[in-house]
Amino acid sequence: MGRRRVKKIDRPLPDGRVAIYRHPLLVRLSHAVNALCLLALLLSGLQILNAHPALYWGEASRFDRPFAAITQTTDAAGDLHGRLQVGGMEFDTTGLLGASRDTSGAMQPAAFPGWLTLPAQHDLGAGRQWHFFMAWLLVANGAIYGLPGLVGGRFRRVLLPRIAELRGIGRAIGDHMRLRFAHGEDARAYNVLQKLAYVAVIFGLLPLMVMTGLAMSPAMDARLPFLSEVLGGRQTARSLHFLTALSLVAFFVLHMVMVLAAGPLNELRSILTGWFVIGRKDRR
Amino acid sequence: MSPVHRRAWLTGALTSAAGLALGGCDRLTSDPRVNSALEAGEIITRQAQRGLVGRTALAREYPASAISADFRANGTTNPDNEVYQQHLAQGFEDWRLEIGGLVDRPLSLSLAELRGAPSRTQITRHDCVEGWSSIGKWRGALLGPLLDRAGLKPEARFIAFFCADTLELTFDGSGDYYETIDVMDAYHPQTLLAYEMNDRPLPVAHGAPVRLRLERQLGYKMAKYVMRVEAIRSFADLGRGQGGYWEDRGYQWYAGI
Repeated sequence: MGRRRVKKIDRPLPDGRVAIYRHPLLVRLSHAVNALCLLALLLSGLQILNAHPALYWGEASRFDRPFAAITQTTDAAGDLHGRLQVGGMEFDTTGLLGASRDTSGAMQPAAFPGWLTLPAQHDLGAGRQWHFFMAWLLVANGAIYGLPGLVGGRFRRVLLPRIAELRGIGRAIGDHMRLRFAHGEDARAYNVLQKLAYVAVIFGLLPLMVMTGLAMSPAMDARLPFLSEVLGGRQTARSLHFLTALSLVAFFVLHMVMVLAAGPLNELRSILTGWFVIGRKDRR
Repeated sequence: MSPVHRRAWLTGALTSAAGLALGGCDRLTSDPRVNSALEAGEIITRQAQRGLVGRTALAREYPASAISADFRANGTTNPDNEVYQQHLAQGFEDWRLEIGGLVDRPLSLSLAELRGAPSRTQITRHDCVEGWSSIGKWRGALLGPLLDRAGLKPEARFIAFFCADTLELTFDGSGDYYETIDVMDAYHPQTLLAYEMNDRPLPVAHGAPVRLRLERQLGYKMAKYVMRVEAIRSFADLGRGQGGYWEDRGYQWYAGI
């Protein structure tokens, strides 16, 4: 595939560093669409979860035994309190989960506050409308990004960790803990932890999101009953859908920390224009 | 889609993308162009699922051991309606299910007659739009053969269910519960007018004497306290025109997801 296309070559900079063309247009565009979709899916997903903020294991709900739930109570003075229950633990989450202040400052009962939901006001129908529209967009975007990557071998070249890299994973972890990153020739390619993280998101978490989502659909369940069976039942699928979303949020936080630590301007330029600047030699 | 629709759709999609990025969420979510763009997603979902799932694929059925002890009842749990309360007091002795509209021979069936009609028993999972699920055993009259007996006219496209429960008190009756399904779903082999739940007469909280079971869609489609069934060409002039009580209030007409 790369043969016929004019290959963008390195641009030496006056200060001795080199600008390399790191992200092709397709990757940059699909990354932007992906970010937009995941944000909208998260917020509309929390709107949907607000309709029944309790998670269960198994096929059906055991209403007296959610493994996690957000509830609210009213104390003797008539004040609302929010509570998060996970397993046997309970946390007072007043102000954030269960009970939070609306724009006028009044305490309102809601599992997730309006600034975390799409739309902001309670509207399950609209939340579902957003969620499924963005889900289609995410899947279409994933196909446009993924098919050339799989067929053209880009994934294998860029994302698949090599055996030698996997052997050096201990050192890579140590380097990351000390926020020591490659800036020279080694920065041309993703390091092994980057590769593993991206592979886990692209081939693990995102497909799991779609699978657990489809397993919740009563119509799809008639066509693909094994999906829900493999996952351990519809309510398990629903819980996994939420836990996988949390994992994606965790990935996002880590992703942002790494961008900030590795050089935010350089990283931002590369995801917007494709050009990433590396030093001639590694300084470490 | 016509070019004009496509342009409106594209504009909507681009507006929503730009708006979201800027964080203008409130203005965005109330913009009618955005909402009409989002409806495209609903249409794609319906067509994709209808294409993939097919007419007769059965919803999963479960063993008796899977039946939920705590099957939740949502919406109305005892209709505040004089006619209904009278029927309830008399054990639905004089109650009649009317089947009419675009049919050759309108039917008026007593509960005993309905029980004598071709029936099916199934243990299925009820998925509420809110996210929870409960499993229950249902026995009821198959809707398809009843429509055949009434002689469904070829121009009928939807089956409407009019119920005894009022969720919102209004002067014009637009707060009365009703639902519509298409003829294809009406003939699905698991679509029932259920009169028994877990081997007992259908409890009031779950829609006595008769509720709809439409196993491949969400709970709000499965109207409770059904009094009248009507074959219709279009639901545009029922309620607020969206095809059901909850659809009139923003829920999707197709509830397969």
